Amino acid sequence: MDNLVMKSGGWMLVVLLAIAGFALSHDPGFSVHMVIVGLAAMIALWAGLKRADYAALAGGILPKPADEGVYDDDPIRWGVIATVFWGLAGFLAGLYIALQLAFPALNLGIEYTSFGRLRPLHTSAVIFAFGGNALIATSFYVVQRTCRARLAFPTMARFVFWGYQLFIVLAATGYVMGVTEAKEYAEPEWYVDLWLTLVWVCYLLVFGGTLLRRREPHIYVANWFYLSFIITIAMLHIVNNLAIPVSIVGSKSYSAFAGVQDALTQWWYGHNAVGFFLTAGFLAMMYYFVPKQAERPVYSYRLSIIHFWSLIFLYIWAGPHHLHYTALPDWAQTLGMVFSIMLWMPSWGGMINGLMTLNGAWDKIRTDPIIRMMVMALAFYGMSTFEGPLMSIKAVNSLSHYTDWTIGHVHSGALGWNGMITFAALYYLAPRLWGRSRLYSLRMVNWHFWLATVGIVLYAASMWVAGIMQGLMWREYGADGYLVYAFSEVVSAMFPMYVIRAAGGLLYLAGALVMAFNIWMTIAGRQRAEKPMRDATYDPAKDRPLPAPAAVPAE
Amino acid sequence: MASKFFSHAKIERNVTLLGALSLVVVAIGGIVEIAPLFWIDSTIEKVEGVRPYTPLEQAGRNIYMREGCYNCHSQMIRPFRDEVERYGHYSLAAESMYDHPFQWGSKRTGPDLARVGGRYSDEWHVQHLKDPQSVVPESIMPSYAFLAERELKAGDMRQHLRALYRVGVPYTDKAIEAANDDLRAQADPDFDSEGFKDRYPKAQVRDFDGKPGQLTEMDALVAYLQMLGTLVDFEAAAPQEQAR
Amino acid sequence: MSLYDTLRHFADSWGLVFMSVLFVTFVGWTFRKGASARHRDAAHMIFEDRHNG
Repeated sequence: MDNLVMKSGGWMLVVLLAIAGFALSHDPGFSVHMVIVGLAAMIALWAGLKRADYAALAGGILPKPADEGVYDDDPIRWGVIATVFWGLAGFLAGLYIALQLAFPALNLGIEYTSFGRLRPLHTSAVIFAFGGNALIATSFYVVQRTCRARLAFPTMARFVFWGYQLFIVLAATGYVMGVTEAKEYAEPEWYVDLWLTLVWVCYLLVFGGTLLRRREPHIYVANWFYLSFIITIAMLHIVNNLAIPVSIVGSKSYSAFAGVQDALTQWWYGHNAVGFFLTAGFLAMMYYFVPKQAERPVYSYRLSIIHFWSLIFLYIWAGPHHLHYTALPDWAQTLGMVFSIMLWMPSWGGMINGLMTLNGAWDKIRTDPIIRMMVMALAFYGMSTFEGPLMSIKAVNSLSHYTDWTIGHVHSGALGWNGMITFAALYYLAPRLWGRSRLYSLRMVNWHFWLATVGIVLYAASMWVAGIMQGLMWREYGADGYLVYAFSEVVSAMFPMYVIRAAGGLLYLAGALVMAFNIWMTIAGRQRAEKPMRDATYDPAKDRPLPAPAAVPAE
Repeated sequence: MASKFFSHAKIERNVTLLGALSLVVVAIGGIVEIAPLFWIDSTIEKVEGVRPYTPLEQAGRNIYMREGCYNCHSQMIRPFRDEVERYGHYSLAAESMYDHPFQWGSKRTGPDLARVGGRYSDEWHVQHLKDPQSVVPESIMPSYAFLAERELKAGDMRQHLRALYRVGVPYTDKAIEAANDDLRAQADPDFDSEGFKDRYPKAQVRDFDGKPGQLTEMDALVAYLQMLGTLVDFEAAAPQEQAR
Repeated sequence: MSLYDTLRHFADSWGLVFMSVLFVTFVGWTFRKGASARHRDAAHMIFEDRHNG
């Protein structure tokens, strides 16, 4: 009873605070956000009251303990659905802004749909909404299975899920309204950052608490990656978002750092959002789902120990390679370059460990489209972690920086590695979480695989060409000693590349739609009647030499 | 178990130790790289002429950030022959020392803007922001015509300057007190705010958007664009420069 | 010599040696006696729950 009163009172307080914030608000963005916060708190209040067991409360009976015999999978099921949903939203936003670059009329002349506001919407939707939900859902799944224990703090786990969705909604609506800190990949304003900090601390408590409750003596390697991802993201998020708000009832704030210091702090954050959010967290997924799907243990546990500690130590130093030849002191640039190049090794350690897990089961690439996706993910991980160190070399960076090459590099990593490994994990999870004997259709997984792969190839290839072309045109001198191209000429030269890139994005989105349908039908409990994916045909009767030809009479 | 005192088995079995060690390992790189920037003097060499933004420029800068201009435009010229010829003298650390946050950018879908100030007329900027393709046919920039129609609602600029003061921008009490008047005065030559010119040397005072008597978001954004990169006098500073 | 130069010299000499030694020790330590068996157990751990995984 007390518990229910406390909780309801808490949500009521949030509603009141939101109303006060709305009444005193300094700007429309903050007002809209207070409405959203108020509505969210009211829904939480209503859900809490509706689900309470009043008969038990009246009888003074303690709430029934959760069934310890099954895993706590509800937040994971929601997470799978949220991942698919936000993935579609993020890919669609990406396709739209890609088309805007080819056809600027699509900006529609209104502020809410201009490229400058939609681009953060796209990046945050795919990284934090799609990737973040995938990480939270899989981490809750993996930590329970590898610890053989139910989630610690089940209520808090649900708060983490819904709180994270609220963070996404606040961030996304903020971008469209122009509420932004204008630091790439850290755009949400100060109060959204504070909310995320709270959610993240709860996430750490649930994850760490479950580890503490484990029935296994050993903490499986995937969990080290998840744990370091959670801790490091907390550190990066808090430091990079230090800011002073103009007013506590307004959305605007000013970063605590300025100029050079702000730039390095931001790219220390930005690069390690890649390093820990998109690499360590997804490697954790790899270390569980690849061995499970291949039904073989990870290739080398020793290698996983070495590359884990090397990876997390080296990654943090690599940020300054985003600031080559800028006003950042030279020593910091050089340090960033050296560590970026060294980072190649632990990155490939992870790739090798993943790929070699299939040693002796390579035939599964032919027969199991989920394994095929995992292998493609690891191949793209290997490619982009080779390309990254290459681009961090100052001489290469002088050409590649500020161009579309960077965009291509990021997408070969994001679409190839993060996307593919997430899709594979979702395909693994869907039948298991909803108790189905198999996916609705394995052949559709195959379709998804090829749509996505061709999409990435179009995307990466067009951006390589675009980026190198830009870099070379900008610096081209004629025999007369003058620059050959005006900036605008370089812009128009990009048109065909931007169209091809959008086509690649369209294919990738189409693949994701196929996945959404497939998972939807799997959840609905349907199974498509289809020929099983199988091996090449073999007919022993035909597998023999031709009979010897009749003897030709000599002339 | 070979090692008695320190074994990975221990780390693998102890969540707190695993978490703490991870944190230590990931903290090292950041501390070694970032902390020195705050206390090594040579990070930002003092340069004559750099001053905090005027309230109108800061309001324009806030619009620049709100519209996400940084997604396509950099403000950081690298010391290469082609960049210096195309955009002007390479950027100095001191030039962004009052930028909360920095806006160096990471992508040039459009050209660098670090020294765009004074390169084009106000009329050009207004026309370009309203309809980019009318002045640069190849441009793929969105139209920002709504800026010209919308009254500038920057909020209480005193609060903004006070927040900036708290994060280290050396605004004087007088500057903070006069912020709202200063905002108006810069875009309206008929409106006087005492001491504005002394507080902000080289500040350009005029009606920027071609609509006298009306203070629009266009006024603020153009005022910001027209001051970018104009504070340091490179002719005078040249002899003190060191080769990089 | 400035503090910066001192640190730079240290990083280029003893610092480098220290890091290399640390890394080699760390790698060597994963090859210690008995580690292989433990690693094998750990790697197989995720397959021990076939009935409810």
